[in-house]
Amino acid sequence: MKGGGSMIGITAYGGYIPRYRLSRMVIVQNMAWYFPVIMAVAGGEKSVANWDEDAISMAVAAAYDCMAGKDRKSLDGVYLASTTLPFADRLNAGIVAAALNAPEEGAMNADFSACLKAGTTAAISALEAIQAGKKDSVLVAASDQRKTKMATMYEMFLGDGAAALLFGKDDVIAEYKGSYSVSCDFVDHYKGYGKDFDYAWEERWVRDEGYGKIIPEAINGFLKQSGMSIDEIDKFVYPCYFTGTHKGIAKKLGIDPSKLQDNLHNVCGDTGAAHPLVMFAAALEEAQPGDKLLLAGFGQGCDVLCFEATDKIKDFKAPAGIKGSLASRVELTNYQKFTKFRDLIVADLGIRGEANPNTSLTALWRNRKMILGFVGAKCKKCGTAQFPALPMCVNPDCNAVGEYEDYEFADKPGKIQSFTGDMLAASVDPPAVYGIVTFDGGGKAFLDFTDCDLNQVKVGLPIKMSFRRRNVDKMRGYTGYFWKAVPQVQG
Amino acid sequence: MATGIRDKVAILGMGCTKFGERWSDGPEELMVEAFQECIADAGIEKNEIQAAWMGTCFDEVNVGKSALSASMALRLPNISVTRVENFCASGTEAFRGAVYAVASGACDIALAIGVEKLKDIGYGGLPEFSSAIGTTNALWFPNLTAPGGFALLASGYAAKYGVDIQDVKKAMAHISAKSHANGAKNPKAHLRRPVTEEQVMNSPMIAFPLGLFDCCGVSDGSACAIVTTPEIAKSLGKSDIVSVKALQLALSNGTEIAYDNWDGAHFVTTTRASTAAYKEAGITNPREEISMMEVHDCFSITEFVTMEDLHISERGTAATDIMDGFYDLDGKIPCQPDGGLKCFGHPIGASGLRMLYEMYNQILGRAGDRQLKDPKFGLTHNLGGFPMMNVCSIAIVGRYEA
Repeated sequence: MKGGGSMIGITAYGGYIPRYRLSRMVIVQNMAWYFPVIMAVAGGEKSVANWDEDAISMAVAAAYDCMAGKDRKSLDGVYLASTTLPFADRLNAGIVAAALNAPEEGAMNADFSACLKAGTTAAISALEAIQAGKKDSVLVAASDQRKTKMATMYEMFLGDGAAALLFGKDDVIAEYKGSYSVSCDFVDHYKGYGKDFDYAWEERWVRDEGYGKIIPEAINGFLKQSGMSIDEIDKFVYPCYFTGTHKGIAKKLGIDPSKLQDNLHNVCGDTGAAHPLVMFAAALEEAQPGDKLLLAGFGQGCDVLCFEATDKIKDFKAPAGIKGSLASRVELTNYQKFTKFRDLIVADLGIRGEANPNTSLTALWRNRKMILGFVGAKCKKCGTAQFPALPMCVNPDCNAVGEYEDYEFADKPGKIQSFTGDMLAASVDPPAVYGIVTFDGGGKAFLDFTDCDLNQVKVGLPIKMSFRRRNVDKMRGYTGYFWKAVPQVQG
Repeated sequence: MATGIRDKVAILGMGCTKFGERWSDGPEELMVEAFQECIADAGIEKNEIQAAWMGTCFDEVNVGKSALSASMALRLPNISVTRVENFCASGTEAFRGAVYAVASGACDIALAIGVEKLKDIGYGGLPEFSSAIGTTNALWFPNLTAPGGFALLASGYAAKYGVDIQDVKKAMAHISAKSHANGAKNPKAHLRRPVTEEQVMNSPMIAFPLGLFDCCGVSDGSACAIVTTPEIAKSLGKSDIVSVKALQLALSNGTEIAYDNWDGAHFVTTTRASTAAYKEAGITNPREEISMMEVHDCFSITEFVTMEDLHISERGTAATDIMDGFYDLDGKIPCQPDGGLKCFGHPIGASGLRMLYEMYNQILGRAGDRQLKDPKFGLTHNLGGFPMMNVCSIAIVGRYEA
């Protein structure tokens, strides 16, 4: 039976910004010859997803960050918000839920898509379901990895990232104080079905008539509806990648500039449908008990949500969060590498790279916990943790049959036992680094490594697991995922 | 009580093609070439062969499934022909099928033939194997290649024994330079140019720490053997008889890839199979009794750790023996006298039989510039798959009743 305490709100948050950062000057140096206007926004850097990341994999990273220390088995649903989902028909949120080993029975997962405010809309939907007593615990993950044409303002403005918010009733760290929405068909840009790139209308119109008018209208609407005054709010969180307009909106509303949450333009760029939640997670990292935070998402209107931080916010810390993710950075100095990672240029993978075996959906269904959740087994008879879990226990002194219980490796730290960097393997980022990992608590696995420089990889180095895109089958339109080991070079 | 295979089966004849980039020849031409040498050496007629086994690995890009390719290429007289595939042990598996058939008394004379046509795929290295690892493994295996999979041994070994990986690489370079020196003496070898250790060390990186010259040749070729009982061999007028002393296989059962007790620095299977093979052959001290070896040097690091897994170099001391020249052509136990996979080449299904061909020729004093003095026992070793899951085959041959 659903129910419980009267206070509802945010019970955890997490964030993920991929570690590569591309200085906008690098784009300018490479592409200003073609479109000099980009020099106007040449400051700062943008986050760039690695070649094996996409909206789903980044959502999983943010979701794990959010759910650290929380019970993933008690989730009633996973909502995924993104405009860059790999599947048009196959629940993308279902992949995230499977990666989290979230329950199947009694759960309802959903995709929120086709709009940059999908993240805030998903959040309101989750909160209203909890408010209605229909659900106790819903995870909302928002993530975007937008492909941009070379030498465009979008290439300058947009970054990649994800954030996740857990909504529920227990140990609320920020109480939900209500929401208000404006919905209108204001089309600042659109992406047609099957198209790779956004199609944008004139910036001046987008700034002045879009962000500049619709966000204030929604915030004022919320204040009017709730009876709150603008001075009661301690932090305003809304996206707008035009930094001048971002500040101009605050000025127009009479907001003290110190109360305006940074739009992260300088450090990661606008992360699309994820951005309101990314900025909001960053705001929660700094929030004090009693702070009132207003969150707005923009796109074909505007959603406004209001929260008040509780005493419990002092006790919560996401393992990485936005601050931690931003601190873990590696500069991508090679613009060609960026364009190859986004598949904007054609580089030869060789005949070896043409291999494209079909993914067996029956095998995937049977092995979904193993593949998407990185679930192995622990033998109840001898206690051996193992991956993969073949029918008989791997311990030569045991070999028990049918004595397994599920054992999740995704959140287990491990160490590198052996490794190589393979120049022969077809990879868009050679060498392909892989090796054997032994897990703390038992078990080992033979895995691809990612987010690492071969020169820094050593036997004995700690690793963390990361859910990654494993293959893209362009012929059939399929994207496959599995887990990779990320060597922890620092610390 | 089983008594093992020792001295129950004799090699009546052998044949082997020149290995290499045989652009003009398909697997059928290669098989016929090896077979013609073999049957002439055996001194029998084709219709005296009662059963045959054929070893190939990459049937998808090679001969196709079934043993029909061998039966048709050799125009065998509608006898039983069985295709066996067990990764790089496929050639030795074919030999084992023929040897066991003779030993069992099921037939008097049997043929084993191995073939691989690798150079029809259009790119370097082995054929890509993402569709050959099984439907479930295809969902999660790393993006690996053969050199990468074996390269893992180097970092694992260096870490286990606390040695600098550059010192491991130096011993690996000695291994490759030695095999090139031997291959240069072999007219049937694929790669016949000597190289220096420095050239090996500086060759382009393929899979860290393996450079190009740490990797064996990818070749086309075929090798075959005709086997019978020692009694029949004698009755056919053979006086100098090479017999099978041991034939052992060991396969991983999944502990290396999934159980914590494997160190990533040795082959569990080779360790087991070699012990069983010495026992079957009646060898108690392999370091003293084995005269020569052809081991599976698909990569120099494989040969390196195999020296310990064969119980010839003590654990942790292979580098010392290698650098001392113990395994050189003029050393105590010459390893790869024919050039090895490194230089003779590695048409997978043929390799096990090609190794036996060298041991057979050495024992019969037919090895030309590479001839060793009075070899008694020759050991061959194949290792298919990857260090963390593999198939190991070991054969020991020697003078009959020696």
